[in-house]
Amino acid sequence: MPKKLYVVFAVVLVAAMVLAACAKAPVATEAPAATEAPAATEAPAATEAPAATDQQLEVFSWWTGGGEAAGLEAMIAIWNTQNPDIEFINAAVAGGAGSNAKAVLATRLAAGDPPDSFQGHAGQEMIGTYVAADQLEPLDDLYEANGWYDVFPATLIPLISKDGHPYSVPVNIHRANVLWYNPKVLAEYNVAAPTDFASWLAALETLKAAGMESPLALGEAWTELHMWETVLLASAGPDLYTKLWNGEADWNDPAVLKANEDYNKLMEYVNSDYATLSWQDASKLVADGDAAFNVMGDWADGYFSGTVEGGNLGLTPNTDYAWMPVPGTQGNYDFLSDSFNLPVGAKNRDAAIKWLTLCGSKEGQDAFNPVKGSISARNDSDQSLYGVYLQSAIADWAKDVVVGSLVHGVVANDTWKNQISTDFGAFILDKDAAKFQASIVASCAQYGPCAE
Amino acid sequence: MRNKKEKWLAFLLVSPSILAVAVFVYGFIGWTTRVSLTAWKGMIPDYTFVKLQNYIELFTNNLRFEIDIRNTLIFTVIFVFGTLLLGLASALLLDQGLRGEGIFRSLFIFPMAISYIVTGVVWRWLMNPAQGSRLSGLNLLFHTLHLDFLNSLYTATPEWGMAFIAIPAIWQLSGYTMAMYLAGLRAIPDELREAARVDGATEFEIFRYIVLPLLRPVTLSAMIILGHMSLKTFDLVIAVAGKQLPLDMPSINMWQTTFDAHLYGSGAAISILLLVSTAVLIVPYLFFSLRKEGQH
Amino acid sequence: MNRSRSRYWSYIPLVFLAIFYLIPVYVMVMTGFKGGDEISIKEMWNLPNSFDFSNYKLAFEKLAPNLWNSLNVVLPAAVLSSILGSLNGYVLAKWKFKGADIIFPLILFGMFIPYQSILIPLVQVMDKLGLYGGLPGLVLVHIIYGIPITTLTFRNYYASIPNELVEAAKIDGAGMLGIYWNILLPISIPSFVVVLIWQFTQAWNDFLFSVVLTSPKNWTVTVALNNISGGQIVPWNLQMAAAVLAALPTLLVYIFLGRYFLRGMMAGSLKG
Repeated sequence: MPKKLYVVFAVVLVAAMVLAACAKAPVATEAPAATEAPAATEAPAATEAPAATDQQLEVFSWWTGGGEAAGLEAMIAIWNTQNPDIEFINAAVAGGAGSNAKAVLATRLAAGDPPDSFQGHAGQEMIGTYVAADQLEPLDDLYEANGWYDVFPATLIPLISKDGHPYSVPVNIHRANVLWYNPKVLAEYNVAAPTDFASWLAALETLKAAGMESPLALGEAWTELHMWETVLLASAGPDLYTKLWNGEADWNDPAVLKANEDYNKLMEYVNSDYATLSWQDASKLVADGDAAFNVMGDWADGYFSGTVEGGNLGLTPNTDYAWMPVPGTQGNYDFLSDSFNLPVGAKNRDAAIKWLTLCGSKEGQDAFNPVKGSISARNDSDQSLYGVYLQSAIADWAKDVVVGSLVHGVVANDTWKNQISTDFGAFILDKDAAKFQASIVASCAQYGPCAE
Repeated sequence: MRNKKEKWLAFLLVSPSILAVAVFVYGFIGWTTRVSLTAWKGMIPDYTFVKLQNYIELFTNNLRFEIDIRNTLIFTVIFVFGTLLLGLASALLLDQGLRGEGIFRSLFIFPMAISYIVTGVVWRWLMNPAQGSRLSGLNLLFHTLHLDFLNSLYTATPEWGMAFIAIPAIWQLSGYTMAMYLAGLRAIPDELREAARVDGATEFEIFRYIVLPLLRPVTLSAMIILGHMSLKTFDLVIAVAGKQLPLDMPSINMWQTTFDAHLYGSGAAISILLLVSTAVLIVPYLFFSLRKEGQH
Repeated sequence: MNRSRSRYWSYIPLVFLAIFYLIPVYVMVMTGFKGGDEISIKEMWNLPNSFDFSNYKLAFEKLAPNLWNSLNVVLPAAVLSSILGSLNGYVLAKWKFKGADIIFPLILFGMFIPYQSILIPLVQVMDKLGLYGGLPGLVLVHIIYGIPITTLTFRNYYASIPNELVEAAKIDGAGMLGIYWNILLPISIPSFVVVLIWQFTQAWNDFLFSVVLTSPKNWTVTVALNNISGGQIVPWNLQMAAAVLAALPTLLVYIFLGRYFLRGMMAGSLKG
């Protein structure tokens, strides 16, 4: 009899634990979004608001290295002089274009423990994911109080807003549609810098015919998709491009098919090892003269011109490397932006608001951006602080038509973007332009703004 | 009477572990199973029951999941057999009482100490597939040594690129397998071989009919350890190959589906399938070895 | 005669194998000495222009606080999970209560759970236990997920020890814990070495649990290492130097305890 008791006891114990865990988990999951969240939002007004008593500020980002970490340090330095009593906790997690960081963030939000402010790409990445889940507070008051509606470009505001409320503060602007090239190589082969997509293809053909193995440098999966979005912009033009992403235009448009076909043409000129190269490796091919062209965001400028001690190449702009908008996208600024926000239930809400104020300020942006290698989102930044490339970017930002980047989170929500990159992977394999177009039509209906 | 009390004590000793495993293993598996049957998508938990919808979607016309299964098979076969062969070969080489055995042993086993976060990038460089003027990595080494026939496209090889991802994994675990085999070899009494030699058996026959059968339990244990590692392979592939469709694995798919695409239901379904395939591999082994023990 | 001479030929394949194992280490260590402008895939085999330790120094400065965290996690986690595994193994091999043969495979199966898929409930449970963010929580998680393999190792080892030994002690009046303490523990030192090394390595190289469960000041060395390589522009020289440093503790463990590791395995702890 007692022996049987052990078995029963063991089974019951195990079963109980399983059930307990199963039952506990859902409650905990729902809690932060459904129940705790609203309460937490109101709480600061009642208790913390009268006096700013926050001792700490925890800011979450994926800025752990290079210029972006140095830029963040510059902002932290300002923070420490402005708020000597509030400890700045730099919770920066690196990894795979923020992929590790996003997983950590997802678990923290699920556990109801958001950081006081976290980084995200401005646009649909923030709105389609976190705002849609009511995890961020609207920042209308902050925008009003700081006059940001006047200093941020009018084209930018709608991209970071939902139903007319802004949800994040952009600290910088990057440009995705930049074609980097090696002027020495072009001179050597007697090739002029391209003026449109056709002349770009012609230049690539000339270089290849002259014996250059891979005139166009390319890197791993995300950089391939990055190049595709600029080719799409070239083919569709800014107006159609924007309408495709916001659901006003049909993805069956011939311009999309043409973009896919153009992309296949470009792929005839790329290095055979593209799938295994980082974007840096691909940029290095241009710097070394192994390739003539590379499409990459303008953070590449930091790698080309930054110091050798910092792991960069230390090259001279316009001599060792040069740039132009991706042919066919002149006059368009395919932008992306890192932004910070105010999570619902932030433990140190007052400190977080101070942080956001710093993020949007001229002082903060001009401290961060020259170091990070991006331009200020404000229209009143001090241009003398920026390098040769960035000054040209500031000039373009002021006059170009602004469109948003796919790869860097502006125009598509995370779910749709992930589906597009999977389908794009198949496109790279089978080069079937029509099939890839059909798959975007389908994914737009399933995850994007297109009606079924 | 005393015996009974001691058995209670015995159970008491194990119960913290049972409790922990019940929550942290079976509780979480239960949670994941539940999520896999829901429509949860986005940051807000959504426990709308959708039956097997997430599973059905994985198995219907899903190129990515087909690639995942194919790659898992290729990787597992190459990795497990490659590691076993190299491990056995180096154990046999070392089992001759050579001078410097200790040095070789340490050299072979140390890769296990280093994580893929560390070595992945080095392997990415070594297996660079560039040809012509940009020859680099191992291909450059082979060219310099006039071994050009070894030149390879590595992970960029059409269809079979996944096989090359197994090389770093073999590098990491063959030493451990060597240690297992070496231990197994040392446990075989010398008298057994001597007796066979007296009977006129050749060295090969001794190996084939005496040593190999006696090593079977070691092979089985090693296969289980290696097999479950290959199913869970995650950071190695990302470090060596990045996230690219031709070299996708179920674990990467699950991570991206969950944390990049926020499709929690679908991601949980992939996890459960991973777990089920591991179970298919493991449970017969557990059953077999426990039964065998019972017979003794 | 023939046999003993032929064995010297074995050195040829052995040396080739040794080169195979060492190549990645060569690249790592050398890149760690290089300057930023010397780093390129094409030039990976070249020796550095100078053996300048500045990358290693800088890497050490960046990793030092996290190295301490790692030690504080890994040592208790390895020791406690070994002790637990040993007790479990003892009970499941020698004091089988009814159902022990079901409990054992159930515990063992925990080894095979893909950790990436259980992060969300894990964080929630740790949060409920009040252990989220700190080092003790991370230690607990390493212990728990170490239980399956440590239990397996010890149970298989204790199962190979004749029951008569235990029975005889019982007749002499020894209790359950007494038998463990006086008879089985002393002879299971080799198994402890195997398990300790294994757990040390696993916990040291863990990235996932640490990044998800601990707050910034408690991050372990792998998180810090990953952060060095995480910028938009990766300084490979610094990254490789840091990688070498982060791997040193486990390497030292293998170099100095490697022989005991093999001895422990030979003592029967691996027999499935």
